[in-house]
Amino acid sequence: MKRLLVVLSVFALVALLGVAVMPVGAQDCTDEIGCVELGPDDPITVAYMLTISGGTASLGEDSLGAIEVAIDDRDGELLGHEIELVGEDSLCSAEGGQAAGQRIAANPQVLGIIGSNCSSEAVAALPIISEAGMLMISPSNTSPRLTETDPDKGGVWEPGYYRTAHNDLFQGAIAADFAYNILGKTKLATVHDGSPYAESLQAVMADTFTELGGEVVFQGAVNVGDTDMSAILTDISASGAEIIYFPIFQPESEFFTVQARETPGLEEVTLMGADASFADTFPENTGEPAVGKFLSGPYVAESEAYDAFLARWDEVVGGVPPSGFHAHAYDATNILLNAIEAVAVVADDGSISVGRQALRDYISGLTDYPGLTGNLTCNETGDCATGEALAVFEVTQAEVDGNWPPPVVWLPGMDAMMEPGS
Amino acid sequence: MASVPVARRRRFEDFSWVDFIINALRFIIIALVIIGSANTLLSGRFTFEQWVSLFVAGLAQGSIYALIALGYTLVYGILLMINFAHGEVFMSGALTTVFLAHAFDRSGFLNSQPLLAIIILIIFAGLVSMSVALLLERLAYRPLRSAPRLVPLITAIGASFFLQYTFRGFFGSQFRSYPAVDALKGSLEIGTINIPIVQPVVFIAALVLMGGLYWLVERTKLGKAMRAVSEDKEVSRLMGIDIDQIIMFTFAIGGMLAGAAGVINGLFRPQGVNFFMGFVPGIKAFTAAVLGGIGNIRGAMLGGLFLGVIEAVGPNLIFNGLGIPGSNQLKDVIAFTMLVLVLIFRPQGLLGERLTEKKA
Repeated sequence: MKRLLVVLSVFALVALLGVAVMPVGAQDCTDEIGCVELGPDDPITVAYMLTISGGTASLGEDSLGAIEVAIDDRDGELLGHEIELVGEDSLCSAEGGQAAGQRIAANPQVLGIIGSNCSSEAVAALPIISEAGMLMISPSNTSPRLTETDPDKGGVWEPGYYRTAHNDLFQGAIAADFAYNILGKTKLATVHDGSPYAESLQAVMADTFTELGGEVVFQGAVNVGDTDMSAILTDISASGAEIIYFPIFQPESEFFTVQARETPGLEEVTLMGADASFADTFPENTGEPAVGKFLSGPYVAESEAYDAFLARWDEVVGGVPPSGFHAHAYDATNILLNAIEAVAVVADDGSISVGRQALRDYISGLTDYPGLTGNLTCNETGDCATGEALAVFEVTQAEVDGNWPPPVVWLPGMDAMMEPGS
Repeated sequence: MASVPVARRRRFEDFSWVDFIINALRFIIIALVIIGSANTLLSGRFTFEQWVSLFVAGLAQGSIYALIALGYTLVYGILLMINFAHGEVFMSGALTTVFLAHAFDRSGFLNSQPLLAIIILIIFAGLVSMSVALLLERLAYRPLRSAPRLVPLITAIGASFFLQYTFRGFFGSQFRSYPAVDALKGSLEIGTINIPIVQPVVFIAALVLMGGLYWLVERTKLGKAMRAVSEDKEVSRLMGIDIDQIIMFTFAIGGMLAGAAGVINGLFRPQGVNFFMGFVPGIKAFTAAVLGGIGNIRGAMLGGLFLGVIEAVGPNLIFNGLGIPGSNQLKDVIAFTMLVLVLIFRPQGLLGERLTEKKA
């Protein structure tokens, strides 16, 4: 008798579960890669995949805050459903991206992902996300490989990938333009750290610099985790470089900057980095040797909308954004939420059905979306930014003392450098 | 530490392929090192001044390795176990003290009384690391003292992760940096050679600490007891030595040196202080201890300095001459190749002794 009871109750449980997971109105879905069906009380789930711990945490916090602001702008609701934000720490590494991608893809309710921050994460996570029928919009991936379809050129693009960040084909080129034409340097040394981001950025910089007429006298790399840069710096010193371009992450960029100033022959060399070190902790940890270093990075033209965003940030998150991709993350989140709003099919009882391919089609067809970072138009491989929202910044003593962000000294297209502060 | 030389009998008919391959390997490695170095030196790419500054930076880095390596070697000498959590002992002192250092910096104490402030920081870090090392010994290793030797080894690896993530929980995972000390800015000019002041200071501070340890082990009663325990635990017990106490002292001394190394490292390379900072120096210091002959105190000091210098000079000297691109990415290859080399040429380490079956 007891056994029968157990068998019956197990059966009942299975039946109950079956009813519970049976998609509501699944028969209506005509989307090629499936739909997300939500009952009248189910939340709309969007995910983030950002680097929120470790040396690059400020990059992740910067994006996460902007996502929160964008959701808060809509009072946390979309189509009468609560917006639920779930997320994973992708650790700014390929392994972290893979693990985070798998965990997010395992949640079938996720409609779209804001992330990742580091290109290495995206390279690993993209196949998983794309396979799961989801889409991701990155606020800060800049590696050219991610929106390149040709595998011979290192392309890894897959359907469902979009970014509001600039492609490094732009960033590398403006860095070369600035170094050669504005600073008048002719001998370049580049250093990367083995990450897809830094490696491709320095390659673009070196190629463009050579095309402009300059000479690349040294190309080298450091390891993530190195603290002693004296050997590579001595090698650079011997090469006679006039400018060192090292688009590497913290803390290696901090060690590199400090030790460059200690290396005989490099006391006066021009140092230039990129957005990987574009964080308020960089001048703070590096101290005086950071003064005079140029950083290329995301630049949001001052506008009323941007000021309003900063005010909202202070309200929702508090303080000022710690890095430079918050506007990109804000635009990315709004594009995703607009897409959901536009393609969702709402039933009379309030339950909704969102087609996954329809979401992708909406974003792929986005034209002239007025975002904080400019007018965004997505091309067929997911590049939505034009590269106009870039500038060269110069770290000054004020940044070492706690000011952030540093002053802009050059915008693409300018004939000469501006004085910091003008 | 007892040694019974193992007689080496070599007869012609004893030819073995293992010996042949090892000899061939020795020849190839020596040839590569000589060719690479000769090419670099003949090319004249680097000036004499540059070699000197690399060498001095290597000495400073090496003296930090040496301080950590002493902790490995002391524990191995007494317990015959590798304390793989020692890198985390180093981290605990360095990471905790960064907050005190910033407090000193804000109050102006660090720059008005640099020597005194740094000594206080070193003592504080030493105490933190010592406490961690003592807890480690008491909670993780002592209950396992009679267990097979593999057990404490695996426990040490577990303890290492435990400490990393405990400190991550305490202080978060962001990178911090030690404040700059004004007195240590600037550089020393000897002729045309330019050396940052901080490097000789680091080297001398480490030498003083190592000298103190050497004096403790060789000249004091406690040191005598330590040496006796490392020689034979049972006989020492019969002579009235409290074994547990001596083992605790050993961990305490190793921990203090590691904590001091944490602050000295913070003076030398101020950036990159976080919960994971002990891992790489820990592995390097272990390499240094094996290089010098594990269990041998002078060996650990020599091994550390040697490793620091070879890491600084090696990539440019050897790999550059061989035309290997990205030679600086292969810095760690040099460190671990040195380990392989020493194990091929002198399995007992530079200053190590051949051990009897009982101890090995």
